[in-house]
Amino acid sequence: MDRELTCVECPMGCAILVTIRDGEIVSIGGNNCARGKLYAQNEVFTPKRVVTSTVKLEGGGMLPVKTDRPVDKDKIFEVMAVINSLIVAAPVKVGEVVASDVCGANIISAKEVL
Amino acid sequence: MKNYDIIIIGGGPAGLAAAISAYDNGSRDILILEREPVLGGILNQCIHNGFGLTRFKESLTGPEYAYRFVEEVRSRGIEYMCDTTVLEVSTDKQVTAINSTKGVFSLSAKAIILAMGCRERSRGALNIAGARPAGIYSAGTAQKYVNILGQMPGKRVVILGSGDIGLIMARRMTLEGAKVLAVCEIMPHSSGLKRNIVQCLDDYGIPLYLSHTIVKIEGKDRVSGVYIAQVDEKRRPIEGTEKYFECDTVLFSVGLIPENELSKGAGVSLSPATKGPIVYDDRETSVSGIFACGNVLHVHDLVDFVSEEAEIAGVSASNYAMGKGADRRVVSTTCGNNVSYVLPQMLDTNASGMVKLYFRVNKVLPNPTIRLTSNGEDIVVKKKKIAVPGEMESIVLTPAKLQSISGDVVVSVEE
Ligand code: SF4
Repeated sequence: MDRELTCVECPMGCAILVTIRDGEIVSIGGNNCARGKLYAQNEVFTPKRVVTSTVKLEGGGMLPVKTDRPVDKDKIFEVMAVINSLIVAAPVKVGEVVASDVCGANIISAKEVL
Repeated sequence: MKNYDIIIIGGGPAGLAAAISAYDNGSRDILILEREPVLGGILNQCIHNGFGLTRFKESLTGPEYAYRFVEEVRSRGIEYMCDTTVLEVSTDKQVTAINSTKGVFSLSAKAIILAMGCRERSRGALNIAGARPAGIYSAGTAQKYVNILGQMPGKRVVILGSGDIGLIMARRMTLEGAKVLAVCEIMPHSSGLKRNIVQCLDDYGIPLYLSHTIVKIEGKDRVSGVYIAQVDEKRRPIEGTEKYFECDTVLFSVGLIPENELSKGAGVSLSPATKGPIVYDDRETSVSGIFACGNVLHVHDLVDFVSEEAEIAGVSASNYAMGKGADRRVVSTTCGNNVSYVLPQMLDTNASGMVKLYFRVNKVLPNPTIRLTSNGEDIVVKKKKIAVPGEMESIVLTPAKLQSISGDVVVSVEE
């Protein structure tokens, strides 16, 4: 069984062909870089995605956030449930952890609010 | 009237990068004028990631990408004014603007950089049958509602057009609990990036209907449903192919168009192909001392390329303001087979550095040969795996190649 994938790691969107024999990857081709290889390896067995969203700021407004690493694709809505339960108080820096260890990742701020 | 060396209209990614490069080229007397309350432009509402891979070798969200440039602007002490709308730019480089503290005021500059970005096309929304109930938004407006204001525009959504913002919003609204029923694209191919089809639609099981359009919107006060139908090669709906979706929201994502009201007022010549100013390779427009960069010039796929282009404009404007004029030997660039536009439209073959020509193809071309010729002579020939209209292509010309150009150049792409 072979898998044809589109790498989502960057806008190039390389078409990657993964050759699988007896449940194991025997070759990966078409990727332009190492990022794409890692993506293809994950995508075949445990697809992962970075989740980006917003959380409420105390006193109004929204703070953009993201997971600091990709989480299992089937955990995305679990991550969203945590994100939507958060309220963050300013000041907050870019990269500051606003919730730790959510499905194996930290939720970090993507914006500075003074 | 206060005079500046350089006034930059727009504090989005193009304006910020232009300001930084002008400063680093030696200019100090720079002012950025921004309509919104904060710098960063549209990046502030683009909370998804994928920005900056070319430039920073990491995947940033829009606000993070903007932050890096805003910090650079702040650390250099470059002056900026937010909440300020520019009303007019004149050919002799006077700028009329308005804000709530100063009222209407005028400034003048030695050089001006136009960096107003683009706006969403609304064309697709106009010729659909039915009333105009609430619940119809452009994808970018919906993005602002969700990401900046924290409000969901609706619960059951149909999206017309497969532009990237529409695809991104399909995922965004799904994550926030809405049901996205369909994305309809009138063309037989998507206009968005393949990766966005995968990670925004396929990941969430959202169907993409190619060669389909919305033929009727139902609802009195609020949208209650839409009919979509398949279209033929001439984009006419085919009878009997209608499908009904019960929904409360329709989003339009039918493309972007450079925002050039101010440029027109300044007497800058626009290109019918890009809808942006006609420029030299240093991004000077047809009006001496007025430069343009970013999406006001042509709609870019990647913000990384916007920054790159803005740096060219920043340096050129800075040189102009310092009286360092270029002695140009100009040829024009034109579209050959299968090419919809080439930018810059005017090329200085005396340029001392590398010049990058950007262009787009007008249809999907597998295994294309890209050819740049001048007076029938090949200057650059290169092969690719595929060329698609949604992805900008480029050719780099070295000073030696530039010197070998004997007349107007033609860029063509053949299968
Ligand atoms: S393989 Fe590398 S270059 Fe290709 S899409 Fe993935 S990250 Fe981008």
